[in-house]
Amino acid sequence: MIRLSYTDRYQITRLRALMTNIFSLAAGLFVISIIFLIAGVNPLFAISEIFQGSFGSMYGFKETITKAIPLILIGAGLTLAFRAKFWNIGAEGQLLMGAIFSTWTGLAFGNTLPSFAIIPLMFAAGFLGGALWGIIPAILKIKYAINEVISTLMLNYICAHILTMLIVGPWKGASRFGFPGTDNLPDAATLSVIPGSRIHYITLMLALACAAILALAIYKTRFGYEARVVGENPDAGKYAGINFFKTTLVLMAISGGLAGLAGVGEVAGIHHYLGYPTSVSSGYGFTAIIVAWLAKLNPLYAVISGIFFAGILVGGDAIQISLGLPAATVEIVNGTLLIFLIMGEYFLHNKITVTFSRA
Amino acid sequence: MEGISKSFHGIHANKEISLSVGSGEILGLLGENGAGKTTLMNILYGLYQPDAGQIKINGNPVRITNPMESILYGIGMVHQHFMLIQNHSVIENIALGYKDTPFFFPKIKIKEKVASFSRQFNFTIDLNKKIWQLSAGEQQRVEIIKALLNGADLLILDEPTSVLTPKEIEELITILRQMKADGHSVIFISHKLDEIMNICDRVVVLQKGSIVGRADTGQTDKKTLARMMVGRDVVFTISREKLAKGRQVLRADQIHVTGDMGLPAVKGVSFDLYENEIFGIAGVAGNGQRELAEAITGIRRVDSGKITINGKDITNLSPRHIYDHGVSHVPEERIRFGIAPGLFLYDNAILKQHHLKKFSRRYFLKYSQVKNHTQGIVDDFKVLTHSIENQIRNLSGGNIQKLILGREISEQPNLLVASHPTYGLDVGATEFLRQHLLKLRKQGSAVLLFSEDLEEIFELCDRIAVIFAGEFMGIFDSDDERLCEIGLMMAGSRRIPRCIQ
Repeated sequence: MIRLSYTDRYQITRLRALMTNIFSLAAGLFVISIIFLIAGVNPLFAISEIFQGSFGSMYGFKETITKAIPLILIGAGLTLAFRAKFWNIGAEGQLLMGAIFSTWTGLAFGNTLPSFAIIPLMFAAGFLGGALWGIIPAILKIKYAINEVISTLMLNYICAHILTMLIVGPWKGASRFGFPGTDNLPDAATLSVIPGSRIHYITLMLALACAAILALAIYKTRFGYEARVVGENPDAGKYAGINFFKTTLVLMAISGGLAGLAGVGEVAGIHHYLGYPTSVSSGYGFTAIIVAWLAKLNPLYAVISGIFFAGILVGGDAIQISLGLPAATVEIVNGTLLIFLIMGEYFLHNKITVTFSRA
Repeated sequence: MEGISKSFHGIHANKEISLSVGSGEILGLLGENGAGKTTLMNILYGLYQPDAGQIKINGNPVRITNPMESILYGIGMVHQHFMLIQNHSVIENIALGYKDTPFFFPKIKIKEKVASFSRQFNFTIDLNKKIWQLSAGEQQRVEIIKALLNGADLLILDEPTSVLTPKEIEELITILRQMKADGHSVIFISHKLDEIMNICDRVVVLQKGSIVGRADTGQTDKKTLARMMVGRDVVFTISREKLAKGRQVLRADQIHVTGDMGLPAVKGVSFDLYENEIFGIAGVAGNGQRELAEAITGIRRVDSGKITINGKDITNLSPRHIYDHGVSHVPEERIRFGIAPGLFLYDNAILKQHHLKKFSRRYFLKYSQVKNHTQGIVDDFKVLTHSIENQIRNLSGGNIQKLILGREISEQPNLLVASHPTYGLDVGATEFLRQHLLKLRKQGSAVLLFSEDLEEIFELCDRIAVIFAGEFMGIFDSDDERLCEIGLMMAGSRRIPRCIQ
């Protein structure tokens, strides 16, 4: 008879954490291979196509970096919320709200203000939009004990519909020939890119800076300390005199605000106008959850995992075209990897022993 | 159990331990915090797997891989920190661990079982109450009922009396004797020598994971056992020097507080407390002590009344403001309130002080100072850990407690509110802690001591109040002869109003 037993693993080394992640990803890719097989595609070929498409060519790599920008921003913000055990599933909505706020700012002042004034203003507006959308579930949770998973998830849809309502209604641009969408942002209100790519480098630098600052905040500051205590044990937080309401509000403002910044980057750097929600974001708010998780809730690692998942998004697009797979393939890949990463967490914290005995 | 060994990340928790219990026997397991008592019993109960050695039941070697199996082998365990679901009712918790719980309508069958059991052992318990509404003593009864309902032949009790009142201890002993007469076996884990001597037939003494002594309780005495356990002689009585009262530190005036159940828990309590004074509040658990302590430290709202510290009104200020007025607090439920389990020792060592200048500059924490401070506490209070960069959840209960105590009293508070500070501590640590409380007193702090341990109250306190049902039954100087009726007052059947106020 085979028996499984487990014991807590006490000391967790960085190496073990890294190896667990790698093994989890490998196991996830194995399952994905089976799905490819069922779809009638050679899995080795498909997986190598994904990484060829994203990291194997200059064009692909530039696209990967472009898509990594929102993932790093949102992923870093989510590490903070998840540390405090605030399960923010609403980054998608927070991103869209940031896009809405910054578009309005860009359209309203872009023709009168110079670039160096309007761009910071748009980022500030985007941060504000995301932050507002982020603190709503925080207030609901603390004042009315409403589960944040549900409220953040639902607020995604509300925000998407507000956006749709705006672009088919009051904000519909005169230059769109009746199609939904705002007018293009004035040139002063758009972000310049690295020539020959779509990399809006200002947002990229902002993303890297935010990840670094957040890492500092989580590990070195009083605020980060309080957030971690609240996440570990709210009762101890109360006993220690930590203001639960304020701490949660601030951390959700930051988490949502960073998602809002990502929205600014997408609108001002890529699209230059506000279109349908699915075209503004393409699910970055959800993919970033996996980014934060793979980063082991460390904002600095979110840079690396952000680039990795951006690669999968870009590579997914590539195999859609070259292998004729449906668009949902990428989502299957991402979802499977997330499940395996979370399962890996269990094996990281528990030591499993298998013993054989004659029953 | 033969040759049992178990180590956690390189530290031996148990080292080649062999012991046996016969039917109709009560075996005492004596040892200091972190001596490996609980680990050993967790192995027997199937929570841990031993690295080496084997367990035999009725002579047959068995492998116990989880608690369900150990229950089938007739082993029951009552843990030191109760394994109950706080938001569920008593009956639901009992049903959860009961092996014959019927799939449909489980409550009916269990109700009958518990009722007959309660009659047999004179337990009273409200089956429909939620666990969080019960006092620690009542929660323990639920655990014992759970184990006995499953037909445990061998009952393991981990520090069972540390939460009980003297009366409840008597009841427990009666039950244990009854079980013994019925041929059951009991393993009784404790570091209280009196109980071991009183209850057990034989005793095994553990120190640092190894057995250092065995004895029949009939042929040994407390001193010998204490020396075995600690490895040196222990002072049993602490001398408290006379000190004149200083200035008034705490004044509580007609305090009313509501408890978790929405009922009044503290009803119009008034007292004052001075520098160089230890004020003890004696009483049976669940008579408003926790609520009073929480009200003073700001965790719970005061409905009416006024609390002042050094003349300043602190009624219903936030816990941090009250801390800043120099009020430290060792909470009753230390695991629940006192620590963030997944964070490192040094994170936990500043849980209430992280905002102080000493540890933070503007927005940043000074981690080098924090680590020095932590190392200091670990050294001074002999917290057993291989590193301060260790998640505090990995420490034993007693060691967590030492760290919390160190944190709370290292700052020389104006007022220390200590709820059952020595609960769960071994002889050596208890002695150290009591000395430390007296040192605080000498240095000018006021100490408000909540305790069920009358010996501790009499040993340490200058004045003693007895609390019953949220009211003081009287306040006495510690040499007041009317205190011989303290038992009656704790039971609420005697009140001596306005004794010395």
